[in-house]
Amino acid sequence: MIDTPTRTDGTSHGISTPTGPPAPGAGRSPRAQARRRRTLLSGSRFTIIVVLLGVWQLCVNAKVVDPFFWGEPKGVWADLYEWFTVGTSQGSLADQIVVTLEEAVLGFVIGSILGVVCGIALGRVRLLSELFAPFLKAANSIPRIILGSIFTVAFGFGIQSNVMLAVVLVFFGVFFNAFQGAREVDRNLIANARLLGASRWQVTRDVVLPSAFTWILASLHISFGFALIGALVGEILGANQGLGLLIRSSQNNFDMNGVLAGMVLVAVIALAAEALITLLERRLLRWRPPQTHGGAAVQ
Amino acid sequence: MAAIELRNVTKKFATADGGTYTALADLSLTVEDGQFCAVVGPTGCGKSTTLTLISGLEQPSRGDAFVHDKPVRGIDTGTGFVFQQDAVFPWKSVLDNVAAGPIYRGHSRTEALKLARDWLRRVGLSGFEDRWIHQLSGGMRKRVALPQSLINQPSILLMDEPFSALDVQTRSIMSTELLHLWDQTKPAVVFVTHDLEEAIALADKVVVLTAGPGTVKAEFEIDLPRPRVVQEIRFDPRFTRLYEQIWEALRTEVAEAYARTTRLQEVAS
Repeated sequence: MIDTPTRTDGTSHGISTPTGPPAPGAGRSPRAQARRRRTLLSGSRFTIIVVLLGVWQLCVNAKVVDPFFWGEPKGVWADLYEWFTVGTSQGSLADQIVVTLEEAVLGFVIGSILGVVCGIALGRVRLLSELFAPFLKAANSIPRIILGSIFTVAFGFGIQSNVMLAVVLVFFGVFFNAFQGAREVDRNLIANARLLGASRWQVTRDVVLPSAFTWILASLHISFGFALIGALVGEILGANQGLGLLIRSSQNNFDMNGVLAGMVLVAVIALAAEALITLLERRLLRWRPPQTHGGAAVQ
Repeated sequence: MAAIELRNVTKKFATADGGTYTALADLSLTVEDGQFCAVVGPTGCGKSTTLTLISGLEQPSRGDAFVHDKPVRGIDTGTGFVFQQDAVFPWKSVLDNVAAGPIYRGHSRTEALKLARDWLRRVGLSGFEDRWIHQLSGGMRKRVALPQSLINQPSILLMDEPFSALDVQTRSIMSTELLHLWDQTKPAVVFVTHDLEEAIALADKVVVLTAGPGTVKAEFEIDLPRPRVVQEIRFDPRFTRLYEQIWEALRTEVAEAYARTTRLQEVAS
């Protein structure tokens, strides 16, 4: 194929590096500078954590803070260490994590898919939204976490009831974002697709869905948090395994260090999930100009 | 046979405050097969509305729109449309954008991509197939939008101020390219613009609309020889003569539209 160079615009087309123009030979390279900055930042963050934990421990040692109510870093560490090496009162720690993770991930996936499908459908079909929107608004306004009690009684202590609770918590956030996203699609893009010959279904799949994904992905960040809450609260309400149960039994033994250790584990899971979702977002939204990439500012 | 005919169309829109706004009043317009027709008029005179009626995106409130002597009942896939703003799909690569039309029309993907590559070569975008839209300049985006419509070989091409967002130099270069592409498939074109120079340089016929509600004030045949080079045609003495003639018709309408907006501002302030 003959490669015709662009001649008309005179615009540069190598816009793939938005982080400023590289300045070769102009002192320190910006990349090295950026790396220095990052190291400095991580160092400072680490210092903040050490100082906070240190102050806490010192307060406990000086009897300003009662570890019976508030726990202490040393005790949390000891509990974590014991769980990892010896195991928990309910069996190995890995099993507990796997159970909670399974519930959260299942709830997240099912809830997100249901939310996207329903949101896009209601956003695209006017009759559907007119019919169901009031019900969904009403359902969204009730405290859904209470449903956990019903699910526990109805489905028992297995993972089923906890997954259900996670699904219910995830669904609404994703649904409302998908719905809004489907309605905010640029009219011109839809008109263009239809004029190019797209059927209604092709417009939905090829224009509405990718356009709404900006909205949907924003909600997924929060939704995995909701899925975890659903799984944990479900386990606290009634389960025979999982991190929630571990936290619950620590609470029953007045072991605040155990509760906090459970929290730390949940936080690590949530952070890992967040990183995975950010990766997914980068992949699905790679068509967007880099400077508007969500999450880039947090790095 | 006329490719496009608007017969005494009136188009009213409901406004937010419950009233109606008349965009077009009793407008009649005919475009022959293979004819390039430019529609000029002051802002807010309903130029773009004529295009939505021909394309079937909107229905006239009164009167009829015909394409190839058949009344327009909905979106017709023989019609191509190039929008004022970017309407290419930002989540598709350049190649997939151009290939979208044939794929929607049931061609196989391989076949559609082959066609798209050919069209990208014609507009000088070979080598840019895998770029995202945000990586392109405004002019290059238009060079994606043009083959995206033309690949379907429409018998009718509607263009809504397609080059208004471009700088002056790029605009005249794109105009020349458009004429070159148009010459290859010769669809009937309705080209809406507020730029009289652009209209004369491109068209076989220039239609001047009145200040809103729009109706046809005058039509002018442009008998400048083709092929034309838009960048240079304005130096032709015939071009100047035509410009003066048409501007005479357009001037009062522009003044009227301007007076109305300033009056509105006075009321508002």
